[in-house]
Amino acid sequence: MFDIDLWREIFQSINKNRTRSLLSGFTVAFAILLFTILFGIANGLQNTFAEAFSDDATNSIYINSGKTTKANKGLQAGRQIQFKNEDFSYIKDEFGNKVEFITARIYNNVQASFRNEQSSYSLRGVHPDHQFLEKTNVIEGRYINQNDLENKTKVVVIGRKIEEDLFLKTTALGKYINLSGIPYKVVGIFTDDGGDYEERIIYTPVSTAQQVYGNNDYIDQINLTYNPEMNYDQALAFSTSITKKLKDRFSVASSDQRAVRVRNMAEGTKAVSQMTFGLTVIILVIGFGTLIAGIVGVSNIMIFIVKERTKEIGIRKALGATPRSIVSIILMESILITAIAGYVGLLIGVGVIELAEPILKDYFIKDPGVSNSLVIGATLTLVGAGAIAGYFPAKRASKIKPIVALRND
Amino acid sequence: MLEIKNLHKSYPIGDSSLHVLKGINLSVEEGEMVAIMGSSGSGKSTLLNIIGMLDEADSGEYILDGLPIKNLTEKKAAVYRNKFLGFIFQSFNLINYKNALENVALPLYYQGMKRKERQELAMFHLEKVGLANWAHHLPKELSGGQNQRVAIARALAANPKLLLADEPTGALDTTTSHEIMAFIQQLNDEGKTILMVTHEEDIANMCKRIVRLRDGVILEDVKVTQVRAEQYV
Ligand SMILES: Nc1ncnc2c1ncn2[C@@H]1O[C@H](COP(=O)(O)OP(=O)(O)OP(=O)(O)O)[C@@H](O)[C@H]1O
Ligand SMILES: [Mg+2]
Repeated sequence: MFDIDLWREIFQSINKNRTRSLLSGFTVAFAILLFTILFGIANGLQNTFAEAFSDDATNSIYINSGKTTKANKGLQAGRQIQFKNEDFSYIKDEFGNKVEFITARIYNNVQASFRNEQSSYSLRGVHPDHQFLEKTNVIEGRYINQNDLENKTKVVVIGRKIEEDLFLKTTALGKYINLSGIPYKVVGIFTDDGGDYEERIIYTPVSTAQQVYGNNDYIDQINLTYNPEMNYDQALAFSTSITKKLKDRFSVASSDQRAVRVRNMAEGTKAVSQMTFGLTVIILVIGFGTLIAGIVGVSNIMIFIVKERTKEIGIRKALGATPRSIVSIILMESILITAIAGYVGLLIGVGVIELAEPILKDYFIKDPGVSNSLVIGATLTLVGAGAIAGYFPAKRASKIKPIVALRND
Repeated sequence: MLEIKNLHKSYPIGDSSLHVLKGINLSVEEGEMVAIMGSSGSGKSTLLNIIGMLDEADSGEYILDGLPIKNLTEKKAAVYRNKFLGFIFQSFNLINYKNALENVALPLYYQGMKRKERQELAMFHLEKVGLANWAHHLPKELSGGQNQRVAIARALAANPKLLLADEPTGALDTTTSHEIMAFIQQLNDEGKTILMVTHEEDIANMCKRIVRLRDGVILEDVKVTQVRAEQYV
């Protein structure tokens, strides 16, 4: 129902009583302003966390080895545990149904050169799955594949920064890069959200690395991701069971913290999501608190307005205004004031956040934007808030007896 | 037009109550022009307000234009007020932020009339009270007499059967009072039924009948020869 005359009445009344309307709108505008800024900051903090953890898969488990710290089964403390290809296969066979991607890693530092340019980089021997674990984004060519692995081909996939460093303005793809005296063919170029450091890494097949650097079947680290459908508890149980099996396999004491180390990213992820959730709750509570304060403010002022307009309401009733028409006039006025004031607050809040963005960046607050859904939500909330704020004053106004109102001079 | 039988009204005052109307019997025919007189506090306004459905009687019968007025819902009372009654008050009771035209148009708004029609009709009534040139002025920009004329135009706008006026000349000087009375007489000449509270004898004599209240009952109810107001203007 759109009653243009009703709106005319409302606008006239708001317009003729500007100070009063401004006053009642102020609390709401302030509440929304505060809420918007808080929300923006919280949003920014969340973005910062999300970014810090989105580089690598969040369902990752990293397995490392070290020296034993405790004697066990007749073996002395201080023994070096070394993973080999057979351990990689063991995990694959034992937990195959729970594993999504799995790769070994071998770390080496190499002196890389192309023509006259040279620099040192870290080289990683990996399996093809490594691409998905590290969220490596191949922009040209391809990643390490199964064929490379079986044939121990001397191929590498290099980061974009290396291409920039060594190949200057030319393309690296298909060219041969010299790594500590051995030429490797560049089969792919990649980018990585992890930043410049991650884009100065060279990937080569794990089998090639083993042959070239030591001619053995050693592995430095095993990374895997588990089935993403597993929940938090299942994921923890899974990493516990890997730990146990590997400790048994290497005759490591179950209380030994160094010899076999299994790191489950779920723990960190969970902590972050809990913190994010906590932050959201706090912001919502504060936001709701301020909004309620705003509602109470508008409601109080509307009650005052109704009191002030008692006589006018009496006149209207004497002229034939029904209680309903009185309710709708007060209610609409309240909704309109609340909605407009709320919007002003929202706009100022968004403006403040936009202006402060460069400063906030220094405080780990990234992209502190306010989303469309928030704006829509805020609109609905404001209309609701206006209705709540106006309801009791409107009810009170509709109950005014014309005779009482007219006597009131 | 209206029929009142054994009407009682008291107001609670603290623990006791003040019996203001103690059995009023009154009947008014269509086209009459009645003055209600009596000393201050005798219950004149109370009676007029009950007739105007702004207040309710405690007991007794009140029939307006064949309709018994009893236990009306607020909504019904609003509709009846709008349809049957026009009010003129001593203190004008115009809405201060609306101009003359908007004030006159307000009862028509509550009748659900379209804006354009409403404004034309309101203008017509303003012309009738001689204020066409003041249509867009606010009440505070008009004199008392002008404001009362706006109020009369407003009371007439919805074309009510019965016009109720509570001391319509109470706030005006003699000359202006006579001007206003000339208007009201003219309306009565055109057939409107008019009920008016006053405590000025000369104003009462400009009506056709005088009802005197004292201590909550009708002391006297007489027909009088109407004194025309035009002659003083
Ligand atoms: N709402 C009310 N509560 C209590 N007493 C009231 C109320 N309205 C009127 N009275 C009392 O009822 C009596 C009659 O009042 P009313 O206004 O009808 O008098 P009136 O004849 O119009 O007087 P006046 O000439 O001064 O206008 C007065 O004593 C008044 O104080
Ligand atoms: Mg009175």
